[in-house]
Amino acid sequence: MTMATKGMPAEDTATDLPRLLPVNGQQPQDWHAHTARHGRIPYREAPGRLIADIQQAGLTGRGGAAFPVHRKLGAVLEAADARRRNPVVIANGAESEPASDKDATLLWLAPHLVLDGLQLAAEAVNAEEAILYTHADRRDDVGKRLQQAIAERRAVGSDRVPVELAEAPPRFLSGQETALINHLGGGPAIPTFVPPRVTERGLAGAPTLVQNVETLAHLALIARRGPRWFRQVGTAAEPGSMLCTIRRSDGMPRIAEVPLGMPLRDLLGPAGSDGAVLIGGYHGTWAPAAEAVKLTLDSHALGAVGARVGAGILITLPPDRCGLAETARIVRYLALESAGQCGPCLNGLPRIAAALAELAGARPRRQARADIERWAGLVTGRGACHHPDGTARFVRSALITFAAELDRHERGRCSATNTRPFLPIPRGSARTEEDWL
Amino acid sequence: MSEKLLVNPIECEGHGACAELLPELIALDEWGYPIVDGRPVPPALERDARAAVSACPTLALRLLRS
Repeated sequence: MTMATKGMPAEDTATDLPRLLPVNGQQPQDWHAHTARHGRIPYREAPGRLIADIQQAGLTGRGGAAFPVHRKLGAVLEAADARRRNPVVIANGAESEPASDKDATLLWLAPHLVLDGLQLAAEAVNAEEAILYTHADRRDDVGKRLQQAIAERRAVGSDRVPVELAEAPPRFLSGQETALINHLGGGPAIPTFVPPRVTERGLAGAPTLVQNVETLAHLALIARRGPRWFRQVGTAAEPGSMLCTIRRSDGMPRIAEVPLGMPLRDLLGPAGSDGAVLIGGYHGTWAPAAEAVKLTLDSHALGAVGARVGAGILITLPPDRCGLAETARIVRYLALESAGQCGPCLNGLPRIAAALAELAGARPRRQARADIERWAGLVTGRGACHHPDGTARFVRSALITFAAELDRHERGRCSATNTRPFLPIPRGSARTEEDWL
Repeated sequence: MSEKLLVNPIECEGHGACAELLPELIALDEWGYPIVDGRPVPPALERDARAAVSACPTLALRLLRS
């Protein structure tokens, strides 16, 4: 494994990692360091040309949904041609899963790779406008770095499409694709109903390409080194490398760039064999560590426990904590982060959160568990966005993974010896509409 | 050509008119919001489906060609 915190040899063959992150650890890459390692941007001099390479590489979105990138590129280019309207390209760095830090780390350490990817994606779909969207609460570190990087690029004249920086409010849903479009259009960062897809009608009605910043960084390297190089690591079905945020018992985030298909045992370390592991963040899945360590980091393998790689979040719950109490605390946060627009989410999530709080306490009513299971079913698939679905998945996996703990609670006991909150939650929930702007 | 019912859950306010007019394909959950059968609307129910779409006070229910 390649930890960003450790020094790495400067070898750069096809299977060596990291690809995206600097090889020398924590040193941010300025324009000079970036071009010394990767060379200049390989523009293709015409729209559409890059798309076949991306298809052969098999690159999928690294923001969590793993949608094939070439299909989005193709859809935007097609919509642009059909409607004779120039598209907009948006790099999404609004990493909203509170436990994730990989996008901010990438933007801090290798901003030029993301910005190269943004230029190449803009060229591929014939866009004349590009936006890089990041969280406002990272303005002082990531935001400043990006301003410096854009100034460096302006000085050397590397970019063909001007890049605008935009900020997301500190909400869980602000990186959701339609919420992002809504916000950049001057509205609150809350989701809208699909259809229309943003690839057809997004920002100001223009066909819009929204790609996660890590996805764009991979795209920038595929443009240089080709699809075969990309496939030298990863699995045949899920090629390439990905950035992960790994939190072991100390709770500290470690960012690692690893091949898809890597054994989870190697990622979670020796302490990860008992207790529980959270795979994919707060819209993800709890799994018993004993099962998780037998799996590999790819959605095909993780499907065995109902999980997916998502945005690469892996968290080991320390054995002294209560998984039910942690889940209840997170679900209360997720309920508060609902935009409150859709009836099932507005009604279901707070009820699920309250019933989970009961399960996390002593001697819950048996009915509470049945209620949660029913409500989880009722909210799934019934929102304009996937917030209710992701929350329901997280909750159901907790009821299964922490079933023995639930029995203990019903007898008035709890195995935890430490009640200090472990999983991170941002401060402050939305109180007024202003908090979504 | 078959059609499918689709609810825009943002527009829907749970008035419940759709479930009254088309109980064969629309049920209400315990909070009064519609649970819609996403399969193609059978020809025999197309008229009722159109009536349910027209009756929605917030224009949240649509028929989409599939």
